[in-house]
Amino acid sequence: MTERAQRLLEYADDELILGWRDSEWTGIAPSLEEDVAFSSIAQNEIGHARALYELAARDLGTTADELAFDRTPDDYRCAPLVELRKLDWAHTIARHWLYETADEVRLAALKQSDDPEVAGLAAKMDREEVYHRLHAEMWADRLRGEPRFENAVAELWPYALGLLSEELRTAFSERVPGTVPGTGPVERGVHSDELRPLWEEMTMVRRSVPGATW
Amino acid sequence: MIFEVFRQEKKGAPFTHAGSVAAPDATFAQAFAHEQYGRRHESVALWVVARDAVHEVTDFHDELEKTYHRVDGYSLKAKLKEARDRAGTTAS
Repeated sequence: MTERAQRLLEYADDELILGWRDSEWTGIAPSLEEDVAFSSIAQNEIGHARALYELAARDLGTTADELAFDRTPDDYRCAPLVELRKLDWAHTIARHWLYETADEVRLAALKQSDDPEVAGLAAKMDREEVYHRLHAEMWADRLRGEPRFENAVAELWPYALGLLSEELRTAFSERVPGTVPGTGPVERGVHSDELRPLWEEMTMVRRSVPGATW
Repeated sequence: MIFEVFRQEKKGAPFTHAGSVAAPDATFAQAFAHEQYGRRHESVALWVVARDAVHEVTDFHDELEKTYHRVDGYSLKAKLKEARDRAGTTAS
């Protein structure tokens, strides 16, 4: 697999799995308005995953759907941060805020890429991410100082570091007050136990009729 | 808090009432309104206004039926017909 396809898959898997996790709030978010907003963000992330998979699929001679749903859990390249099942609003917002903050750093780097397709897609995604960041920031501002939120940020920080390659971690840490870039990052490559149940559910319908055209 | 949301469908069009959102402050209200009334590109702009900031006026009494104060007090159609008849230019 090319370096480019590998990087695209990592990013696509992050977006797909996070979108999936965030969508678990649909119907049970703290308010009706938040339910609509958070579900919409989850949908956007999955839309970004699709665009990234499509680029990778062309390089790999496959399709976005096959990449998204036909691999085994071990083949996914997502960071453990997005896999964790955190149906607790403090953790969800901590993850959302950390993810969006890291994603801003990642997108800024990708927009500078020599690869025009990657740079172009990053610029498109970034325009939608502006809203995600606004949403994450307003919630983080609201919860800041709350012990449950602060503890969740501290707990998830090593996982959040695992989203980014090492050279981007200092820039990320500078945006998250009170953190340092080197604190025991939970890297990609080893999955948490929570990915498999998610995968079972996510791919259930597709696996029920292998090879079907949906 | 309740915020009333007005949306503009295209540039230059009047803002019309779209509905309302419940939110703890104006920042949340804007973000929620953005999703509720804009995510399908159905609006080009929104006005998000705290309901408290809206001053409603409803006392339109007319106990003495002063129809001459109202538009319906004048039958324009009949008057126009009379005028045309006088001038001999009845509309065909």
